[in-house]
Amino acid sequence: MTKIPKLENITIQVRRDIVRMVHDNNSGHPGGSLGCAEFMVALYFEVMNHDKNFKMDGIGEDIFYLSNGHISPVWYSVLARSGYFSVSELATFRKLNSRLQGHPATEEGLEGIRMSSGSLGQGLSVALGTCQAKKLNNDNSIVYTLHGDGELQEGQNWEAIMYAAGNKVDNIIATVDYNQKQIDGSLEDVLPMGDLKAKFEAFGWMVFEEERGNDMESILNVLNAAKSETKKGKPIVILLYTEMGNGVDYMMGTHKWHGSAPNDEQLEIALSQNEETLGDY
Amino acid sequence: MEMKDTRSGFGAGLTELGQTNENVVALCADLTGSLKMGDFATKHPDRFFQVGIAEANMIGMAAGLTVGGKIPFTGTFANFSTARVYDQIRQTISYSEKNVKICASHAGLTLGEDGATHQTLEDIGMMKMLPGMVVINPCDYNQTKAATIAIADYVGPVYLRFGRPKVPNFTPKNQDFKIGKALHLEEGTDVSIFATGHLVWQALEAQIELKKQGISAEVINIHTIKPLDNNAILESVKKTKCVVTAEEHQMNGGLGDSIAQLLSRELPTPLEMVAMNDSFGESGPPMKLMEKYGLTSKEIIQSAKKAISRK
Repeated sequence: MTKIPKLENITIQVRRDIVRMVHDNNSGHPGGSLGCAEFMVALYFEVMNHDKNFKMDGIGEDIFYLSNGHISPVWYSVLARSGYFSVSELATFRKLNSRLQGHPATEEGLEGIRMSSGSLGQGLSVALGTCQAKKLNNDNSIVYTLHGDGELQEGQNWEAIMYAAGNKVDNIIATVDYNQKQIDGSLEDVLPMGDLKAKFEAFGWMVFEEERGNDMESILNVLNAAKSETKKGKPIVILLYTEMGNGVDYMMGTHKWHGSAPNDEQLEIALSQNEETLGDY
Repeated sequence: MEMKDTRSGFGAGLTELGQTNENVVALCADLTGSLKMGDFATKHPDRFFQVGIAEANMIGMAAGLTVGGKIPFTGTFANFSTARVYDQIRQTISYSEKNVKICASHAGLTLGEDGATHQTLEDIGMMKMLPGMVVINPCDYNQTKAATIAIADYVGPVYLRFGRPKVPNFTPKNQDFKIGKALHLEEGTDVSIFATGHLVWQALEAQIELKKQGISAEVINIHTIKPLDNNAILESVKKTKCVVTAEEHQMNGGLGDSIAQLLSRELPTPLEMVAMNDSFGESGPPMKLMEKYGLTSKEIIQSAKKAISRK
């Protein structure tokens, strides 16, 4: 199988994992998780140089931070499917005594997680710290992050955005999940963000826009293009236009599946639209 | 008696760490001069991160620097080191168990003329509530320097609290600082005085006056509020059977609160607290403020007599 179909096959299984995990608990965040499934698969199965034999310091490896921690289902699935921990552990998501907390946590040593997240707006600062540590260590690898678009309403992001440009942090590729939705409704209704591209550029960042944020080939292209612009004195952000709930028809085109779980019948529909490819957990 | 500020002890300790531990890095939010971090910044520009007036970003970056093996020391005023960034500390340092040293100057009333917006008196309480957080409040320059050096060797989050004014520098130079180890400064039999930070000197002055009045006070420096040296406290109280606590902090959530919890569980004992009584401070000269709000040797003496009378 060639590269793109192989990655798409993994994505289908990741979608199944997401809806099954969330359904099983009747809690969790399927919408954003599904919207970022292609991106996360692209990162972990193609773009990043990383080691499934997890080391916290990540020296010599590319590092990923999930700032919008509520889309933990997609991260857990991709980590498990990459071999960081057993896929069977996905069945423990959000249950008592699980390492797979509702929002990502380091406390019980879940492989692949280097920082707790969930309280929004903090991931970019964390990533910049790691970028600076990598520079001190003469480590040429890259730090990747993912942020919600609504998350950019948190002021700490703009402290970090200012710092990164002012200090030429050029070993970061931040991605914004630009689905233009948040819990209470559309970004436009809750708090209009204006022209995000112009905002980042005004702060001194190099901005890539990808309007086909659920198309594997487009995602690989934009990530590779971004990668080739690192180490040139500017921080990089990708505005990735995604479809919340992508791959499950009734979850698309609405913000309503941000944080609600499908019932039994809805699960069956979701699964029928995503036939098993790698084997369910 | 030599007079020196505790923040300069921090600066001197950081300078020494710069030479002895290459993993130590420092971050500051536009208060390099106030925190005495300039020497480290000049000698190690690559390991010093000036973040501007952006404390939330500083805390996040410090957490991120630990991934990569660095030992970050953050520096700003106590208020901006705690209340302003509590959620950041909670999520990315405490819950994530990161090896960050949060170093906080200008704590308490003795910040002085800047007034109540800057005089944090709640920080010990906030920080001791965070799981896994070590909370240290040294009493003078020498002890602050020693504590700064010691926390670099401890793996885990630490809150190090110190102050602005010049105060008596009375503990030994180059002392061996042990986290969590209470220090007996005076032996006594009638009352145990447990003090932290700037109030330790006041406790020693109170002890001299009490001695003149025929009262034998034991003075113990609790430089580490968490973990608390339970054994040292219980051993002293078994002997004296009454307690005074003294601190430049709110009564709620401070050292007195921690000791009261311990004693109510293990050894119920009459206890008096010298602390801020649920109010904010105000502008004024440091020692005048301490007098106005009752945080001096005078109140320690009164409290000792009251505690003894309650035995």
